[in-house]
Amino acid sequence: MGEIFAGIFLLLGTFFAVVASLGILRLPDLFIRMHAATKAGTVGLAFLLLPVAIMLQEIAVISKVLGTLFFILITAPVAAHLLGQAMVRKGYKIWRSPSANHANKKP
Amino acid sequence: MTDFLATCVAVAYAGLLLSFAISLVRLIKGPTLADRVVALDLIAFLTIGFIAVYTLDSGKKAFLDVAITLALVAFLSTIAFARFIAKSDKEE
Repeated sequence: MGEIFAGIFLLLGTFFAVVASLGILRLPDLFIRMHAATKAGTVGLAFLLLPVAIMLQEIAVISKVLGTLFFILITAPVAAHLLGQAMVRKGYKIWRSPSANHANKKP
Repeated sequence: MTDFLATCVAVAYAGLLLSFAISLVRLIKGPTLADRVVALDLIAFLTIGFIAVYTLDSGKKAFLDVAITLALVAFLSTIAFARFIAKSDKEE
């Protein structure tokens, strides 16, 4: 039973990792790329680390996996936020869609 | 290690290798330095995932320490690069 869950989590984590790398390749702007890499990368990493704790049920392995997960969840948004702040202060232009007309749009 | 889990481990290896290749493309052709830093951060995350899959495959538990250390070093390097970008001049 645990092996089935471990296999499903592995497939989900691989899917999210591929989605994160595709987003970092195809999206048009730095901020959108950071969004894709941070969010999808963190969730994919969580799904890749959990089967190790499911399959090798020892207290040392489970504590290491949970510690790594907690650290990643805490630090990845902080790093992305600092990078975005630095680029905004340098004057990086936010991407706008060329087909949309932002000048005449009154909310 | 049943048949289903072995198949899932093989699929995970293949998908992570594909993700490495795609992230390396962005690392090479990123227009600004920050794009390359984001790609490096994602590559560090993918390496941690690869270590997790290899630990599940082989049963060697010593590699989880390497994963924790990599998470630390990736966070510190990203923050150092952000500080460097903020301190540098307007021209690039």
